[in-house]
Amino acid sequence: MIITRRTFVKAAAASGAALVLPAAAPGAPPAPVMRAVPSSGEMLPAVGLGTWITFNVGDDPVLRDECAEVMAAFFAAGGRMIDSSPMYGSSQPVIGYGLEKLGRPEALFSAEKVWTSSAADGPAQIEQSRRFWGVPRFDLVQVHNLVAWEAHLETLFAMKADGRVRYVGITTSEGRRHDLFEQIMRAHPLDFVQLTYNVVDREAEERLLPLAAERGMGVIVNRPFRQGALTRQLQGETLPDWAAEIGAKTWAQLILKFIVSHPAVTVAIPATTRVDHARENLLATTGPLPDAAMRERMGAYVRDL
Amino acid sequence: MSEWWTYRLEDFLLFSPRVYWRMFELANAAFWPLHLLTLAAGLAIVLLVLRQPHRHGLWIALVLAALFAFVGWSFLWSRYAAINWAIAYVAPAFGLQGLLLTFGAARGGLAFDRRDLAGRLGLLIAVVGLVVYPLLPPLFGRPWASAEVFGIAPDPTAIAALGVLLAASGGLVPLLLAIPLLWLLLSGLTLHAMGDPQAWLPLLAAATIFAALTLRRIAR
Repeated sequence: MIITRRTFVKAAAASGAALVLPAAAPGAPPAPVMRAVPSSGEMLPAVGLGTWITFNVGDDPVLRDECAEVMAAFFAAGGRMIDSSPMYGSSQPVIGYGLEKLGRPEALFSAEKVWTSSAADGPAQIEQSRRFWGVPRFDLVQVHNLVAWEAHLETLFAMKADGRVRYVGITTSEGRRHDLFEQIMRAHPLDFVQLTYNVVDREAEERLLPLAAERGMGVIVNRPFRQGALTRQLQGETLPDWAAEIGAKTWAQLILKFIVSHPAVTVAIPATTRVDHARENLLATTGPLPDAAMRERMGAYVRDL
Repeated sequence: MSEWWTYRLEDFLLFSPRVYWRMFELANAAFWPLHLLTLAAGLAIVLLVLRQPHRHGLWIALVLAALFAFVGWSFLWSRYAAINWAIAYVAPAFGLQGLLLTFGAARGGLAFDRRDLAGRLGLLIAVVGLVVYPLLPPLFGRPWASAEVFGIAPDPTAIAALGVLLAASGGLVPLLLAIPLLWLLLSGLTLHAMGDPQAWLPLLAAATIFAALTLRRIAR
């Protein structure tokens, strides 16, 4: 099913995920578009920072500093959510290094994952991750790729009840295990779900995004640029004239506007190693966002390229 | 892992090519000028195999054992495992290779005396690992500082050792080939997933060694 104007508006209303365009004072720097976390109303910038591959730089001091600079630009532009996983190699200690270097920015919204097939190892892994980040607690912990999801969700809901984590979620990527994902969404009071969604990977529109809106779950979108492949593929193509109608000057901006304009989406988390991209991504969604008809136009245009 | 068939090789790549090659730069900076010693040791091994094939088997095996253990610890365990958690399970295999070589040497079960076609091809492969590998960076647009050197980096260590082992006789030899061959396969696939044009080198080295072993078996 391709989302229609009717379902689009319905989902927007049902989700409670109000889109807020902050009123910028004349001459003031642009501020990121904000979205509400459905389960709490907490406002988050609609673009976060992913760390898959980009922050896995090991002990390389030069590259660690570069990651810290990306984080500095991200926070300076108003960013909040940084997402990582124990699966991402050295990304967690590199985030911790950056946070320490930046004086532990209060704006941080820490999104982590638990990724172990052993239910018993889950709490120890979450604690190890917390130490890597150097935070008192995580804002969000998600079950990575549904690995041992039943046991980990039990752990996470208990942690939430104790105040040791604020939100609980599950993740998938590249359209995997959507049937099971849907079952879990229907059966458990999740705060967030994380999945792959972009202008060409639109399977989530069929069931998961409407269900997230219906169940009041925030949606984190991973692989917005298909790990850079989508923007590289589109690099040689000219932006259509109508892109100006939604204020999109680059393909990256157009793709992010497409994602964030879905009413069920809370945050997209592109990853980057470049300071300018960190800033541009965060501010890409400022200005007008596409309506349902424009979204269909965008999807059709990219599909036909 | 569910729906394993939906995963591509690239899905297992956790790091960028830049991070990968900078790892070699940092290792080289940390251990320089140890490279001169490891290269000299490698060349001495080839010369000893060429000139005195029935002697020095003990020392050749012990030097190779020490270098495998060193690369396993200094490069795989201490550096590579930081960006690729799977390497934490691979690094001990280099230690095991060191133990197997030491065991083979202690038993006196290794002689580097085979001069059939496969044995001679092996020594040529060893020279490639020793001499050609460090010269590759400019060919692939990388800085000299990222050179892979025998005894410091895993690929040339595995290639040169396999070459020398092709010229070896003894019951343990087939066992000693397994770990370096599997490493070359893993390394080649990793480079392929990175889209690195150098990917064919470790794969070609492994295929050549496998072909040489097959030829030897046919010739029996």
